[in-house]
Amino acid sequence: MTRLEFWQGNTACAEGALAAGCRFFGGYPITPSTEVAEHMAVKLPKMNGVFVQMEDEIASMAAIIGASWTGARAMTATSGPGFSLMMENIGYAAMTETPCVIVNIQRGGPSTGQPTMAAQGDMLQCRFGSHGDYSVIALCPASVQEMYELTARAFDLADRYRVPVFLMADEIVGHMRERITVPDKVGQTPRRELDRGVLPFQPDADLVPGFATFGKGYGVHVTGLTHDERGYPCATNPGVHAALVRRLVDKIENARTAIADYDIINPDAEQVFVAYGAPVRTVQQVLHDRPDGMIGFLRLRTVWPFPEHSLKMFKNAKVFFIPELNMGQIAREIERHVKVPVVSLPKLGGDLHTPPELVAALEAHR
Amino acid sequence: MTFEDWFRTDRLPHIYCAGCGNGTIINCTLSAVDQMGWKKDDTVFVSGIGCSSRAPGYIVTDSLHTTHGRALAFATGVKLANPVLNVVVFTGDGDLAAIGGNHFIHACRRNIDLTVVCMNNQIYGMTGGQGSPTTPWGCLSTTTPYGCAEPAFDLCELAIAAGANYVARWTSYHVKELEKAVKAGLETPGFSFIEAMTQCPTNFGRRNKFKQVADQVEYIKTHALLRAKRDRMIEQGEKVPDDFFVIGELMRRKRPAMGVKV
Repeated sequence: MTRLEFWQGNTACAEGALAAGCRFFGGYPITPSTEVAEHMAVKLPKMNGVFVQMEDEIASMAAIIGASWTGARAMTATSGPGFSLMMENIGYAAMTETPCVIVNIQRGGPSTGQPTMAAQGDMLQCRFGSHGDYSVIALCPASVQEMYELTARAFDLADRYRVPVFLMADEIVGHMRERITVPDKVGQTPRRELDRGVLPFQPDADLVPGFATFGKGYGVHVTGLTHDERGYPCATNPGVHAALVRRLVDKIENARTAIADYDIINPDAEQVFVAYGAPVRTVQQVLHDRPDGMIGFLRLRTVWPFPEHSLKMFKNAKVFFIPELNMGQIAREIERHVKVPVVSLPKLGGDLHTPPELVAALEAHR
Repeated sequence: MTFEDWFRTDRLPHIYCAGCGNGTIINCTLSAVDQMGWKKDDTVFVSGIGCSSRAPGYIVTDSLHTTHGRALAFATGVKLANPVLNVVVFTGDGDLAAIGGNHFIHACRRNIDLTVVCMNNQIYGMTGGQGSPTTPWGCLSTTTPYGCAEPAFDLCELAIAAGANYVARWTSYHVKELEKAVKAGLETPGFSFIEAMTQCPTNFGRRNKFKQVADQVEYIKTHALLRAKRDRMIEQGEKVPDDFFVIGELMRRKRPAMGVKV
């Protein structure tokens, strides 16, 4: 059974989290993400969950990591300035392999920028924003339906790979209202508990260790210092550090195909759009207006780890167009993977690309 | 059990310098925890960054060694998500009062059910002896080479003003009193703050005319003023010397608390 609702994207995000079993939200108010926190503040106390408004985004990130170690599915929601503050403890979550979900309803930056306007300027920050080498997972919804579904999936991915998972939405998707089909139940893959007798940071074949939940008698030591498989600090041994960081990266990058989520439309086309988030909607309009099958479209729901194999599906591609609400952050990534021209179509200021703007790009490169 | 049963023996020896007071404070804390009859499985130690914050790594329970200054925010998440767990935080003056100052006052304001033991050595020991928010006026450190020109924080006054239910200050010399104060903190629902003044021979004493470890301990002992005595001095119109600090139980109250086990 399902039911129909007419929801705002941010509401759908909160509802998706609750359906996925999120029972801890730590956050700080920031436009345009605040509705997520407000919805959680209403719902969580009635569901035996915890909502706490922390003193800043540094503390919000810290609180959800602490909650996650007690076994809770935990999340926070923010936008650019708060996202910048979270970077410190996002690195800690990556290093300590703490499952958590971070929602970023992107707005125009840098700095305070455009609080009420959409942007996609944090796509590289979510991948590289904390210091050191690590890998993360980032999902990009383009509809209210996907705000719900991808938020729910984010929790499964976070638990499966023990990594921070980002829902990289934008102000347009976060604030628009659309019809959404809400399922009665969302499937959950629970976090795998550590087997007794196994060291707490000793990985399985898939490079992900089992989870030593606090309060279950594991006596686990969790540290942001470089640590060995016992979890003990081992910060001056080059071999231990290299092996740990490689594993943190490889456990995500090796699972690229399993994590990938995208649609391929018109794979024989010579001109191909690649989009994620709100710009997907403009590309969909262009394809709707030109149903001749001549325009290819790679529509990404996973941006990190970047599903580079999806680009190879467009065997006849002569040019890729990348409309983004930034200066070409993912266009640069795509350039690394293809030999044909990549045309970045940046749009700044908060407005979406219009269909004529995208059509003009097609014409200019015909 | 004794406090020794709480140590993670395969992590020893520890990193603390000869003469450091942190071990004394850890022992007092673990003694108090042991007297509470808490189970290892239900107890979590949380810390930030610095010498003091290495303590949880030597304790056999679940332990969270976090980022600089953020221990209280992490501990808030642990305690709210699972109030059954007993959560104790080790921190230091730099960790708590400088980079973690905002988290400190907000944890006090929330009056969340944590016990915080602050090892105040008045210096950044781990990084080699830089001035901290509690470095006394005029004292030397690598970043106050001409004498500290900033007034120091009184961490207990800060905790009281911000709303903590239990606040006490003792020293690494007053081990029995410190142990009792930590136990009182563990017993008190809500936020408990125990500040332990301690010596750092390597990075504070050496630069501030304490040639021997015992010289600094002696200084701490002779400059600690019992609360009752301080109050009496004020009553009689005597001036409390600037280089003295108050010790004893400084606050015990029952403000509504968060995260208390039901």
